Amino acid sequence: MELIKKTNIDFIGMRKFSFLASGIMAIIGILGIIAIARGTANMGIDFSGGTSMQIKFAQPANSQAVRDALGKAGIKEVELQEVTGGNQILIKMHKSTGKSADAVSDALKAGIPGNSFTVESSTEIGPSIGEKLKQDTLVAVALSMLGIIIYIAWRFDFKFGVGAVVATMHDVLAMIAVFYVLHREVNILFITAVLTIAGYSLTDTVVVFDRIRENMHKSLKDPMLIIFNRSINETLSRTIITSVTTFLAAVSLFLFGGEVIHDFAFALVVGVVVATYSSIFVASPIVAVWEKKAVEVEAA
Amino acid sequence: MKGYTWRISLILIFIIASCVYLTPTLVDTLPTWWSGLLPKDKIHLGLDLQGGTHLVMEVETQKAVEGSLELIATDLEDSLNSQNLRFKRVARLGGDKVQLTLYDRGSADKVQAMVKKKYPDLEALPVFDEGGFVNMQLRINEKEAQVRKDRAVAQALETIRNRIDQFGVSEPVIQREGLNHIVVQLPGIKDPKRAIELIGKTARLEFKLVDESVNAATATASSVPEDDELLYEKRTDPATGAVSETPLVVKKKAMITGELLTDAQIRIDSQYNQPYVAIEFNSTGARLFDQVTAANVGKRFAIVLDSNIYSAPVIRERISGGSAQISGSFTEKDAADLAIVLRAGSLPAPVKILQNITVGPSLGRDSIHKGLMAGLIGVLLVVSFMAMYYKISGMVANFGMVLNILFLMGALSALGATLTLPGIAAIVLLVGMSVDSNVLIFERIREELRLGKTPHAALDAGYDKAFLTIMDSHVTALITAAVLFQFGTGPVKGFAVSLSLGIIINLFTSLVSTKVIFDAFLERVHVKRLSI
Repeated sequence: MELIKKTNIDFIGMRKFSFLASGIMAIIGILGIIAIARGTANMGIDFSGGTSMQIKFAQPANSQAVRDALGKAGIKEVELQEVTGGNQILIKMHKSTGKSADAVSDALKAGIPGNSFTVESSTEIGPSIGEKLKQDTLVAVALSMLGIIIYIAWRFDFKFGVGAVVATMHDVLAMIAVFYVLHREVNILFITAVLTIAGYSLTDTVVVFDRIRENMHKSLKDPMLIIFNRSINETLSRTIITSVTTFLAAVSLFLFGGEVIHDFAFALVVGVVVATYSSIFVASPIVAVWEKKAVEVEAA
Repeated sequence: MKGYTWRISLILIFIIASCVYLTPTLVDTLPTWWSGLLPKDKIHLGLDLQGGTHLVMEVETQKAVEGSLELIATDLEDSLNSQNLRFKRVARLGGDKVQLTLYDRGSADKVQAMVKKKYPDLEALPVFDEGGFVNMQLRINEKEAQVRKDRAVAQALETIRNRIDQFGVSEPVIQREGLNHIVVQLPGIKDPKRAIELIGKTARLEFKLVDESVNAATATASSVPEDDELLYEKRTDPATGAVSETPLVVKKKAMITGELLTDAQIRIDSQYNQPYVAIEFNSTGARLFDQVTAANVGKRFAIVLDSNIYSAPVIRERISGGSAQISGSFTEKDAADLAIVLRAGSLPAPVKILQNITVGPSLGRDSIHKGLMAGLIGVLLVVSFMAMYYKISGMVANFGMVLNILFLMGALSALGATLTLPGIAAIVLLVGMSVDSNVLIFERIREELRLGKTPHAALDAGYDKAFLTIMDSHVTALITAAVLFQFGTGPVKGFAVSLSLGIIINLFTSLVSTKVIFDAFLERVHVKRLSI
């Protein structure tokens, strides 16, 4: 079976559209990063510090009743989220609330006496840990990007290294943009998903780059843009198929993996789509335009 | 095409090894012949999968330094007294100094000589006059302070380990992280609140004389004499649960401290059916206790734990023999916990809980169940897609993927790594990515076949040409996985372990395992057309 026959699509020629689309994505992503840095994004408590609890009630309990019970005990500014199925409620408080998980349990025991509950999980994180985590994460992202530039610059050349990193950054920004726009929670699992996709996106990009290099050696006379286009077309079916299999795996995590990794799996699904797009429409066109300019300068 | 026997043997060895390492996880009771050499450990499950408590604590090491300065100050006071050197006061000053205030230069010289001999580690600042007194300051230098801080964390770690051991948690993880953090993991614990209280208690036990000359009811912290302090005795009414606080003024200086204990046990008072804690002193403690009680018959003696008074009985007679008891309004649990912390010793400095993550056991079971379910569905989807798209070759790729999962689980088990929920997610994701190398190869083979090459030649060319690409893509992925491993904590680390192992294993299966199947097949069977 073959999904994609031999194609001859002018991907590089579409760069005006793709750069525009990617540019918008990247700008939203940067806005998202600014929001994260300023703490106005929907930050998970592992970064901001605070308390979160997952509570399972014996009988159905609506979030208003929970809110009232907590309010009576002086616990305000809580975010509540009902989990579908199983009478569960997620309670999230930021560090400013300053209330511990025990205080919440006590308040619920007093405020909703008829409905017994069990604490499925509770997380309390001091603000200093969040700061450390933020720093470590930044260092991790910076280091992995640097490592990749060095490796690809060594295996290919510097332009390719930059192209790969730009494409990877693009994917990172796009994932942040999606989470920012949908107001999903940015937590440590999300960052993990982002770094995983960064690795995946690179794999995708490197495969195309490898083919470009091979074709450049094969036909020295052809113009750059044609070689780049041919290479992307030649690897297109591989790109699509790998994306499909990875996508299938990520989607099954998203649909069946349970509440705890729901957002994480969602980030992976978004990431796989974006990474596939960027390896075709972002990484190679950037290098192509750059190489073409270099060649023109040499000729002149 | 020769020399594939070693490859097949290698694969078989890996399969057998993986199965051996996985047996303890999959089989409930190991057969009797499973000897001592074979692995017995199950795959470790992260707290998110089995439930339990994860704590990150900070040892307030500065307090340990201040505490040791207090000790030095008390010790100096005693030495000065015993040598009949007159002084106004000796006290800790700020976070790193002890100040001695003397009346004249002459005694200052003597004191200086004594201090130099006694505390060579401390730095003596130049003597200066102030308000008619002579001041001497001793400073603990940065390096020495760091040594003490370091020792405090190591001691805290040891004490916490002792307490947890006595509390009875199977397979706890207690380790130091960074300069002053301690990470404690208590899997499958039923009463996390009690455990946390037990771990976090400083448990500094002191016996202090009550100063009856001051009226405690009207005293405030600022009005008590300089060498006294105001503490409270808390009592919980067992019937109503109401807490009452009785203020007491006690001497600041402790007569006896918990360091002199050798044992602490919970006992039940046969008369009132009340639990109490029986303590035993070592010989120094016994002698001190004997002396102090003899000298203070008729006075009240406060038993103070972490600045709370447990009880303040009147000393009726001299107590020799080195045993005493702490009674109070205990429940049996309280008394048992108190006995544990007294036996395990006090923390050299207070600890602050920075992070406390508790996962209930049912959520953990639910997570495993869903994670495995998602994994199974993911595998089935990928397997059927590959079988449809690449037919028999697709099945070879699927076989490689199954080997991948088997090897990965085996490796996780052999390395004693911890499987977390994100780890399961990484494995599921790897299922999708593990066929990638085969897809790369198969697409190359199809290209070669389109050029009219024989199956044999196309196969070899496909593997050859894809080789570098596969290497490049795996190395780049490995770079990010390694960084995740280095900087990740908790579940992220678990994820990074699964991911990096998966990448390395995948390199092996895609370049060696699937190739050998094609090679072996092509050598025996003369095929005209590849099913690809």
